[in-house]
Amino acid sequence: MKFVKQFLIILSVTCAGEALSYFLPLPIPSSIYGMVILFTGLATHKISYESVQDVGHFLIEIMPVMFIPAAVGILESWDKIKSVWVQYAIVVVVTTVLVMGVSGRVTQHFVERKGKNG
Amino acid sequence: MVDFLTQSVFFGAFLSLLFYEAGLYLRSKWKLPVFNPLLVAIVLTVAALAALKIPYEAYFSGAKYISYLLTPATVCLAIPLYEQFEMLKKNSIAILAGIVSGAITSMALVLILAAAFRFSHESYVTLLPKSITTAIGIEISGQLGGNVPITAVVIIVTGVLGNILAEPVCRLFGITNPIAKGVGIGTASHAIGTAKAMELGKVEGAISSLSIVVSGLLTVIGSIVFSYLY
Repeated sequence: MKFVKQFLIILSVTCAGEALSYFLPLPIPSSIYGMVILFTGLATHKISYESVQDVGHFLIEIMPVMFIPAAVGILESWDKIKSVWVQYAIVVVVTTVLVMGVSGRVTQHFVERKGKNG
Repeated sequence: MVDFLTQSVFFGAFLSLLFYEAGLYLRSKWKLPVFNPLLVAIVLTVAALAALKIPYEAYFSGAKYISYLLTPATVCLAIPLYEQFEMLKKNSIAILAGIVSGAITSMALVLILAAAFRFSHESYVTLLPKSITTAIGIEISGQLGGNVPITAVVIIVTGVLGNILAEPVCRLFGITNPIAKGVGIGTASHAIGTAKAMELGKVEGAISSLSIVVSGLLTVIGSIVFSYLY
């Protein structure tokens, strides 16, 4: 019965996240509240790692598949973006590549510098 | 036959899983970035729907049940984060510096490009939260007066692109450290990119998950400031 119990714990955290998102006037989605609650629970040992790990790893592994329906749906929005798509595409490509490059390089710089000092 | 396929509750979910597996198979055969399982699944699903004349709504009425698990799955990203807690604490400054620089770069680039293309203020704020997770991004876009459905589209395209380009971009910029890879992927392409980071390794996945949260929250504050700049 471990899967039922693990799924129960994950869904209770998800529901708690939904409640916070509903009652607090901040633009923060339930999944982010839920992630913070679960992390806090694990870090303070209120929720044991063993009580969520199997179902948690299963959900994370199938996560990429969950993005397929929404991505396929983008084609339905084609009419709304076809007049500006070239400019929007440039913005998306340029920012995605540079943000990844800049944030990765900055972190690498700090990690390596720390490695040298310590 | 088409009648059955539009009626079926499981066909949409079946198609998505089948084509994702096909994408994994293609990648194991040929190690080319274009055989990204997510991209392969999207392209094949679109092609199959067109070939079988299945309307998107019919496909989505079944496929939505896979997406239903997205919130609990995102919550579970806390698990790898916890597994890497010690490493996280040890490198907190490096991680934070990377995410802050990435979030600012994202908004600054949108500002520069919006000015270059002479976008309207509405288009500018529609694109401003493009690098962060959908649920926060559409909220920001709505509050600043952007076009919410277009923001959602741009965020998903950004994520898929980050998922596809993660490895080539890291090579291009000489990013070899797993912590740095995780920060780059998560800050640039939120949860969809994080799916890729998870494949690369546990450290990459955990840091990428953390980057979704931190860059999302930074953008909530940053986008308000940036919305006054154009």
